[in-house]
Amino acid sequence: MSKLQALAGNVMNWVDDRFPATKMYKEHLSEYYAPKNFNFWYYFGSLALLVLVIQIVTGIFLTMNYKPDGSLIPGTNVSVAFMSVEYIMRDVAGGWLIRYMHSTGASMFFVVVYLHMFRGLVYGSYKQPRELIWIFGMMIFLCLMAEAFLGYLLPWGQMSFWGAQVIVNLFASIPVIGPDLSVWIRGDFVVSDATLNRFFALHVIAVPLVLLALVVAHLVALHEVGSNNPDGVEIKKNKDPKTGIPLDGIPFHPYYTVKDIFGVAVFLAIFSYVLFFVPEMGGFFLEHPNFDPADPLKTPPHIAPVWYFTPYYAILRAIPSFLGTQVWGVIGMGAAVMIIALLPWLDRSPVKSIRYRGPKFKVALVLFLIAFICLGILGAKPSTNLRTILAQGFSFIYFGFFILMPFYTKNDVGSTPVPARTTESNTQRQLAFLAYTALAIVGSFVFGKLV
Amino acid sequence: MKIKIAQILAAFSLILPVALPVQASTEVALDRSPNDVRDVESLQRGAQLFANYCLSCHGATAMRYNRLQDLGLSEEQIRNNLMFASEKIGEPMRAAMQAKEAKVWFGATPPDLSLIARSRGADWLYTYFRSFYLDSSRPTGWNNTVFDKVGMPHVLWQLQGNLELKTVEGRAEAKGAVVRSWEAVEHVDGKEKISTHQLVLTKAGELTRLEDGKANTFDYDKKVADLTNYLVWMGEPAQVTRERIGYGVLLFLIFLLIPMTYMLKKEYWRDVH
Repeated sequence: MSKLQALAGNVMNWVDDRFPATKMYKEHLSEYYAPKNFNFWYYFGSLALLVLVIQIVTGIFLTMNYKPDGSLIPGTNVSVAFMSVEYIMRDVAGGWLIRYMHSTGASMFFVVVYLHMFRGLVYGSYKQPRELIWIFGMMIFLCLMAEAFLGYLLPWGQMSFWGAQVIVNLFASIPVIGPDLSVWIRGDFVVSDATLNRFFALHVIAVPLVLLALVVAHLVALHEVGSNNPDGVEIKKNKDPKTGIPLDGIPFHPYYTVKDIFGVAVFLAIFSYVLFFVPEMGGFFLEHPNFDPADPLKTPPHIAPVWYFTPYYAILRAIPSFLGTQVWGVIGMGAAVMIIALLPWLDRSPVKSIRYRGPKFKVALVLFLIAFICLGILGAKPSTNLRTILAQGFSFIYFGFFILMPFYTKNDVGSTPVPARTTESNTQRQLAFLAYTALAIVGSFVFGKLV
Repeated sequence: MKIKIAQILAAFSLILPVALPVQASTEVALDRSPNDVRDVESLQRGAQLFANYCLSCHGATAMRYNRLQDLGLSEEQIRNNLMFASEKIGEPMRAAMQAKEAKVWFGATPPDLSLIARSRGADWLYTYFRSFYLDSSRPTGWNNTVFDKVGMPHVLWQLQGNLELKTVEGRAEAKGAVVRSWEAVEHVDGKEKISTHQLVLTKAGELTRLEDGKANTFDYDKKVADLTNYLVWMGEPAQVTRERIGYGVLLFLIFLLIPMTYMLKKEYWRDVH
């Protein structure tokens, strides 16, 4: 051993005596055994972590130049906050790049997280013993929604202002305490400079701190029980008798680190395409009316949330007000998000993965997916009578999927028994996956055109 | 403030059911704007038009004069041709009038135009500039088919001349000096009622001609396309750079990083069966 290696070894020993660096490295990377049969769906966890880092780093640089100031520049009708975003876009070196990374990152965060959650749904990753991972994940999702909503106010455009107005007013519909509560949230009787300042504080420090802590909890819980896989097989049940290593497990590092780096490269290509060529994404990532400065005296004809909130917004609008209050829609929207957290207890199927489930779950899942996508499309459009009726129907399917789950998943087992060991994906499955994806995309496009 | 918003919302909700069908029946299809933000000469002409016709009422608070150097203009040219004498080259384009005064004069503050192309879109702007018509019921004497009851007068009227809006029952052919013709369908008592709206050039301006009773608007349309082009560019002056860098980034990712990481993964995974 050379002197340099010996020195490095000594330094590491010195550190390890005081801090479990090597132990942690082994536990979470080099000796964390992950199932070897991860497929496409298993890229999105590491990608979510990547987007989180992108958001934090670009956010730091944006904070250096952004001013949360709702007052008007003298002689104009444009606010300081709105102009500071344009200052970043025009005068800060590389500012447009950082801002578009942040705005594209916000939407891509939801793309990645929705796919990550769908993976959990399809392969039963929330089932025993991973219930807490799912709960932590849902709390991360809630934080993410809060973070996106708070951040959307900051450019202080028309949609920022009126979107915040609509959402904060939801709290006002709560009986008795509602009106006071909404004033307390805004810090004013309307969305104003006070609101902008507190949303900035919450967006930049409060929610990200909670988010980071939850991500740590999510990963620690995952590494305690080990990852699920597309077969839903517990790899820890089949260990090598000599080494005690799961027979179907491979060390996360280097196997999944190199695989995830490939995933990162592909993801970055998609991310960069959006960022450099279609940063507005046709008005879905950056809404056109948000390029108009906030004007408290001019209500936009159509207030639409950004695409990732549209399914829940559609549910909110679909529920009519009765008993003299509109609170039911708000409760419905909240329930639509919260009910996802109950999946580990709603699902009573003896098997985890969709591969070994019976037809009832598969039909329910397809219906749920159709309902979710269609609600998303409906939520982005101004409501008409037809759209409201459709949204009500899809809301029933959405909630039915969860509420009826204990009944249709009970004893719902497919013809193929769950194998003892993991299996590899095959061409037939991959082609079916491509066909389903194409069908979903074409279907949503056609639905969007028709309604 | 609270009362004001409540009042406006109430007024808005009253107008909504009435305003919607009217709006739907007179909605005009937008023309495709032929602008190209890589055409520097067109952008320069547009910048000049913008400085001469728009800047007296509208500001472009996000746009500094010296950024026009991106369009191949020198500081000297910008200072001599496009700026008010009292301004400095590094200052943003401010309107000649104060927002509060403008509100008194026009009824609404003329919007800041820095990002107007990003909120309205190029096609809307291109159509809007070509859709002003004489309307004696409006305080300015002008109205617009894509922005009904607009507070802005037709500042380019000397260039375009006078347009008038004619409405005919049923279908009608676009004949003579008609610049734009569209049909509107209304549902009255369950029956479809079709009417045709036509914008007619009644008096030629500096850039339009009436030849044998026919309207020739080629030069004016071109001028307006330049102005639209400039507004689109001003909405995001970095857009050409953005796409140029984008090609480099995508080439690197698709032809270098993706294949390399793919092969790296294959190599590491050789012993996994």
